[in-house]
Amino acid sequence: MASIEFKAVSVAFPIFNVESRSLKNKVLSISTGGKLGLDAKGVAEIRALDDINFVFKNGERVGLIGHNGSGKSTLLRALSGVYTPQRGNIHIEGKTTSLIDISLGINPEFTGRENILIRGSLLGLTRDQIKDSTDEIIEFTELGEFIDMPLRTYSSGMQLRLAFAVSTTIEPEILLMDEWLSVGDENFKGKAEERMQQLADKSNILVIASHSAEQILKVCNRVLWLEHGNIKMDGDPKTVCGAYFS
Amino acid sequence: MREKFTQTLLQDIVISRQNLSLAYILGTQDIKQRYKRSSLGAMWLTINMTVMIAAMGLVFGRIFNTPLHDFFPYLAAGIILWGFISTVLSEGCMTFIDSEAMIKQLPVPYFTFILRLMWRNLLILSHNIVILPFILWAVGRSFHIEALLVVPGLIILLINLIWMVLILATLCARYRDMPQIIQSIIQVIFYVTPVMWMRQTLSGDAGKIMIESNPLFHLIDLVRAPLLGEMPSSLSYTVTTLMAVIGWMVAIQFYRQYKHKIAYWV
Repeated sequence: MASIEFKAVSVAFPIFNVESRSLKNKVLSISTGGKLGLDAKGVAEIRALDDINFVFKNGERVGLIGHNGSGKSTLLRALSGVYTPQRGNIHIEGKTTSLIDISLGINPEFTGRENILIRGSLLGLTRDQIKDSTDEIIEFTELGEFIDMPLRTYSSGMQLRLAFAVSTTIEPEILLMDEWLSVGDENFKGKAEERMQQLADKSNILVIASHSAEQILKVCNRVLWLEHGNIKMDGDPKTVCGAYFS
Repeated sequence: MREKFTQTLLQDIVISRQNLSLAYILGTQDIKQRYKRSSLGAMWLTINMTVMIAAMGLVFGRIFNTPLHDFFPYLAAGIILWGFISTVLSEGCMTFIDSEAMIKQLPVPYFTFILRLMWRNLLILSHNIVILPFILWAVGRSFHIEALLVVPGLIILLINLIWMVLILATLCARYRDMPQIIQSIIQVIFYVTPVMWMRQTLSGDAGKIMIESNPLFHLIDLVRAPLLGEMPSSLSYTVTTLMAVIGWMVAIQFYRQYKHKIAYWV
């Protein structure tokens, strides 16, 4: 069972300009009578999420839509626990896994096998779990002998296949995604799609940010429309997508 | 959002199996990557250090007019330990800044990145320390039973370095001039700490005060003295243990206050 609750959550990014970010000027501002301190003091901030409230229950497949900069990615990161909100409360039941950047940690100097270990550990898998699924990953990626070669010898498509395969071996309770993952040539795409669908089905809660109405309608059973860090609309996919994409 | 002191300690600092294994994998990877495609690999660490110690030993042995029998092993142990400490502190400043990509993607306890740094530098230290027996042998000396005290000494040193890094990494994430400032401070400490020169060179009360009021001296001597067959002074044990206790209390309090902001700073 998994659940997520956001109560009056606000996330804001402080903007340190070059001056205020340097300690030197803090010291300087004292010695020059606070003149520099004046413009350095009022630290500007960008409020990315403003007073957000919602509850996601077990089984919900939530789509996040909205223009660039509306707060989708920030919301995903607050969900993953990366950003602690300045105000409000987040209560999350269940383990979250974030597939926002599936290539994070992938190192071109290392072999495919070593990268499976690195990437898997970053996703929170134990050594044994990684060992158990290594063969399956190799088979799925169809990399064959290449698995023992450094990743820099791979084509970019092959690298993505590997990153995708490792990232999708997880058993997520709460799955976070920025756009639906799809990789590979025509041949591979079908396989990847199937695997992705299985992963989504296995997760208790899925939260996905997307710009594709088709994708959202296919996967989600609830949609949040974000605008300027606020929830503009929250409801069933058809209604919200209808309003947003019209 | 305010958490209790113990809560921070338990959630972030107490080492879980998972973040220990992640730190291990990433730290080992750092070293492997540095020497990938080089035929001697990490042996270069050992070679570079040997060359440096040999050159410095000959030059400074002459300058200070100290017999090589005493000076060479002393310098070697000192330089190797100093290299470890100064690298940990200066890389410590960059720990959170350099881990930006991971900090912004994954809710990994930040302490993992510090463990990664410690592990990486311990690996380097282990490559360097193998020079010492050869140098002792070359000047006709050997290890004594006191060498066993290296173990507690190293543990106290590590405990102290970790709290320092915890504070430095957090501070430097916010103030980007800090790494440079720390760099200068480390350089100054190098000259005032007996690493290249021996205690005996500095005579009189003033010299004694300068050396014994320097915490870095005590930290180094805790490991260096046993390696050279001497007992570290009880003053060194007292100072470093006190430092560890007070340092950790301050560090946890400090970290508790600012850890939620680190993701916004990096």
